[in-house]
Amino acid sequence: MTVESVLPLTGSRCSSCGNVAYPAAAGCQRCGSSDLASVELARWGTVWAHTVQRFAPKSPPYVPPAEGFTPFAVGYVELPDGVKVEAVLEATTVDEPAELADARVTLVATEPVPRFATEAWLSSRSAAEEVGPR
Amino acid sequence: MSLDVSIIGAGLSRFGRQPGVTGRQLAVQAIHAALADAGIAWPDVQVAFGGSDGAGLADTLVAELGLTGIPFTNVKNGCATGGSALVGAVNAVRSGAAEIALAVGFDKHPRGAFDPRPEDWGLPTGYGEAGLMVTTQFFAVKIARYLREHGIDESALAKVAAKAYRNGSLNPNAWRQEPMSEEQITGAAMVNDPLTQYMFCSPGEGGAAIVVASPAAAKRLGARAVKLLAVAPRTRAFGSFEVFSPSIQGDGIPPSVSTDASRAAFEQAGVGPDDIDVAQLQDTESGAEIMHLAECGFCEHGEQEKWIAAGETEISGRLPVNTDGGCIANGEPIGASGLRQVHEIVTQLRGEAGDRQVPGSPRLGFTHVYGAPGISACTVLGV
Repeated sequence: MTVESVLPLTGSRCSSCGNVAYPAAAGCQRCGSSDLASVELARWGTVWAHTVQRFAPKSPPYVPPAEGFTPFAVGYVELPDGVKVEAVLEATTVDEPAELADARVTLVATEPVPRFATEAWLSSRSAAEEVGPR
Repeated sequence: MSLDVSIIGAGLSRFGRQPGVTGRQLAVQAIHAALADAGIAWPDVQVAFGGSDGAGLADTLVAELGLTGIPFTNVKNGCATGGSALVGAVNAVRSGAAEIALAVGFDKHPRGAFDPRPEDWGLPTGYGEAGLMVTTQFFAVKIARYLREHGIDESALAKVAAKAYRNGSLNPNAWRQEPMSEEQITGAAMVNDPLTQYMFCSPGEGGAAIVVASPAAAKRLGARAVKLLAVAPRTRAFGSFEVFSPSIQGDGIPPSVSTDASRAAFEQAGVGPDDIDVAQLQDTESGAEIMHLAECGFCEHGEQEKWIAAGETEISGRLPVNTDGGCIANGEPIGASGLRQVHEIVTQLRGEAGDRQVPGSPRLGFTHVYGAPGISACTVLGV
């Protein structure tokens, strides 16, 4: 997987007032218009705010990863499109808030929910891929 | 037509775990307490509104109360259930449809309740699979952003929670009656940074009921009436940030529905935040109380740390907040909390709050609930 291969998130833009919604909406929350067009959202943004999920959420509905639950960061990413998107946030550590606070992050997955990663996580990932199995 | 409405009776069941007692029984206990407080009997009530989030339908309570044939409307409005029931009762009196009306809220949530399903919130099932259907995440994200934006130290969170347990220890009806130190609160298990386990309220049990009446009926009954100067429910405006939002739309700082509801309440009452002597603010977690202090207009954003350090929100302070221990010490039976708040203000304004009584004969009080999916209801009460 490369960052470029990830499909962008799809939202909607109101044809009357320009408001951008994610996920794509049936009606505009700002002006009430139902004339909305599909729009591809930017693949990067900045972390607006975040927290860390410290305990395993209840299953179901939560599906923990195969290797078991580990605390993960979750928050909102402010996109240049004018909308803040809730996302799971990939960082090299969840215990150092500075890596995520106001950080520039890049879209790395769209399913089951949007997932964005810090520059540090991306470079540690590509370093690992160079030495890891092909 | 007079718009004046008085609260002539307020009643609570016990709060906290009560094995073997149903939510409906808690509601009946609260109603009987409120009727006794008003010096009336169930047949005197001409219209009723009420509800619970998960403990049954309020209109079925007539089976235990007496089949008097009155209109009884079920309300289901999340954390605003009690507030919305009160609005119904107040409007019935204001319109002249009834002279005496009752509002009741109750719930009995098991430990670890609140299992929201993504489909009920219009979200793809992926939000549940990914572990994002967790209510506490929202409160943590909001307060994390708020503390950073306004330069408030995280230690304020433990201070607010410690006050809640301390006030709870003075309230014989509270669930949590043991004081807890700031160190214990800070050192408890982290749930969602920066909020630990003891900074949150827990799903709980309880019932609360309020009887309102026209001024003429209040006078006739010789009730120890408290004036309901305003009741204002609101839903969220565009761009607000709420629980289970896959996005926050719009630019800039998200608006607060609590600000909208509190402004409407102050305008209706013809008073301002500075005039209030005692307040009940939604404290789902201790950060919420901090934010709601400013969102409801009691101080500027960022001023809270100074206020809390100076003890201004203590029972002896300039604006005592959550004198009964709030949701943190009483637990959160969703349907009941809004009316529990009103009960506490009525008790304070009558000077009957015992060990937790605000000194100096408070004359004006304020209540505020906030909850999903972006609702708030505020009241202003006076004597």
